[in-house]
Amino acid sequence: MSKYNLDYLDELEAEAIYILREVAGQFEKPALLFSGGKDSITLVHLAIKAFRPGKFPFPLVHIDTGHNFQETIDYRDDMIKRIGEKLIVGYVQDDIDNGNVLEQKGKNASRNALQTVTLLNTIAKHQFDACIGGARRDEEKARAKERIFSVRDEFGQWDPKRQRPELWNIFNGKINKGENVRVFPISNWTELDVWNYIRRENIPLPTIYFAHQRDCITRNGQLMAASEFLNMDSEDIIENRNVRFRTVGDMTCTAAVESYAFEIDDIINEISASKISERGARMDDKVSEAAMEDRKKGGYF
Amino acid sequence: MEILKFITAGSVDDGKSTLIGRLLYDSESILADQLEALQSSNRKNDDGTIDLAILTDGLKAEREQGITIDVAYKYFQTEKRKFIIADAPGHIQYTRNMVTGASNSNLAIILIDARKGVIEQTIRHSFLVSLLGLPQVVVAVNKMDMVDFSEDRFNEIVKDYQQLASKVGLSNITYIPVSALKGDNIVNPSKNTDWYTGKSLLDHLETVEIAIDASVTHAYLPVQWVVRPQTDELHDYRGYAGRILSGSLRVNDKVTVLPSGFTSTVEHIELLDKQFEEAGAGLSVTVRLKDDIDISRGDVLVSNALKPQVSQLIEADLCWMDTRALDTSLTYLIQHNSKVTRARIQEVLYKVNINTLEKEYGEDFKLNDIGRIIIKTADPLVFDLYQNNNNSGGAIIIDSRTNVTVGALMLRANAD
Repeated sequence: MSKYNLDYLDELEAEAIYILREVAGQFEKPALLFSGGKDSITLVHLAIKAFRPGKFPFPLVHIDTGHNFQETIDYRDDMIKRIGEKLIVGYVQDDIDNGNVLEQKGKNASRNALQTVTLLNTIAKHQFDACIGGARRDEEKARAKERIFSVRDEFGQWDPKRQRPELWNIFNGKINKGENVRVFPISNWTELDVWNYIRRENIPLPTIYFAHQRDCITRNGQLMAASEFLNMDSEDIIENRNVRFRTVGDMTCTAAVESYAFEIDDIINEISASKISERGARMDDKVSEAAMEDRKKGGYF
Repeated sequence: MEILKFITAGSVDDGKSTLIGRLLYDSESILADQLEALQSSNRKNDDGTIDLAILTDGLKAEREQGITIDVAYKYFQTEKRKFIIADAPGHIQYTRNMVTGASNSNLAIILIDARKGVIEQTIRHSFLVSLLGLPQVVVAVNKMDMVDFSEDRFNEIVKDYQQLASKVGLSNITYIPVSALKGDNIVNPSKNTDWYTGKSLLDHLETVEIAIDASVTHAYLPVQWVVRPQTDELHDYRGYAGRILSGSLRVNDKVTVLPSGFTSTVEHIELLDKQFEEAGAGLSVTVRLKDDIDISRGDVLVSNALKPQVSQLIEADLCWMDTRALDTSLTYLIQHNSKVTRARIQEVLYKVNINTLEKEYGEDFKLNDIGRIIIKTADPLVFDLYQNNNNSGGAIIIDSRTNVTVGALMLRANAD
């Protein structure tokens, strides 16, 4: 072997596996935040490569808003059975019942913002010192500036002005009491990279990523799945549409896109030609230009 | 398809943000909703066109102050390559950001304003690119439209820069006359510079050589994690998990474990179900050896042909990155790949004034200072000289009181 180039998917994979192994080596009680979306599914696949034939040195943690797509929960439970790893679920409903958070009211009510509290409570309860997440820097401009090892204070806050410099492939996971680290192994992947990797590795996905027929309503110019969780009134017109979802989150804030992409190749073609970015289909980013930055400072994923 | 990682060095005044914006825009890497946000912004150029610099604006805090405070990563892709841009601010107080961005890049674009030519910040940026050992440099002479696309002016700047390059020790330099604002020679060759026969910037980025040369050095694999399933059927399985940082590793290769010095033979190189006959630099793998020897996280597997340095006393270039100055009486932590040990800066040999390149003497080492030091470590480090291998010759210093990364080290010589 003399001069050669690594294919980009091999390089991204090797980097992500390297990061996962650094987490295993550096932290006492890490966890992998699993949302049921394609990015965290990709993380689980990478963890399998990083640690098999051994077990994962961390549990999976799912923050359950109670407003999930059933397909996501079914996928999660099947996957856990298949890979034989530990799953911890934090329920937003518990925090509502305990009075830790108040359910939003009104037409655009969503539990998305409430997840942050449940996440922080789950981290505190299990004393996790590192939480692995599937965020990518290409998703949003606040994320473009975040480190791969991102230190959070005891309130889960991210301070963009106090980030540690991150040099070469050296990750400093040392933290003070009360702090924890969010780790993003696929920081350098784009949406298209994730899809190309899923295709190459034949990773199964929840069915809602592929085109299907669904009852939808149009809200603020976006297609939302009609469900018991969405506060609908007589002005909302339910239409059966051919749609798929580009991200998987809470049913009240994840918009569908009109699509006839039934296979993964169709999806890759669709994204390659797409005129709207992935987070463009998330209502929660639309609130203000600085929406993501504000939520991150508050401890969001 | 492979990935090219590059850094852009220059200040807002040189049109750096506009250059990046132009690359993203002209390579059609801007999506509709981002474009919509761009158009609805009330920042426009004087002639009413979209201000492409907005594309690299990140945080609310920065927009309020009109500055860039940290490294931002941008992604785009053409049919030939995938690109990752580390966009580091060019102000003097942000040396540490540029060092951070450069440490993960294969190439640097140094921007020069055609009207101003080689100035103090050009010296600074070029010195840092040389310090971090980036293999490729592009000097983009920007704002050519402001000097009537003058060939003479371009040649004058090239000549000045060549002098600087030999002074700081830079090679593999490509000079390109551009206008980021108007798009000349960014994606397509410009009619305004018919005297220029080289490639456009994007064409150069798509084709410049970035291959890894695995033949010139030993295989070097720091062990990150030991895979031990401890199940009935895999009772004796011990897999050493890590990323090969240089050279290539083959089944049946004789290897030495450093710093202990134990030797063994590679039996398997694997990743899940995949078995490799040979694996080269850049890949993350799990290695099994013929002999059962004591290996833990932080140890390094090397092939026997050539040996890296093993030392507790090392001469290194240091870039200080913390507002609290270096304290030579204090014990710090040094992290080198997966190895962490205690360390003390034994001696400050000199500092470099990065504006004049002159050496200065004195013990004080403050934020953004760069110089040569001797560091003593509690455990020996297994390393290559940085000038030979960026991946195994770099280390960081951590302040054990705050756990913050306070310094970057380029290991230059075994001082033992």
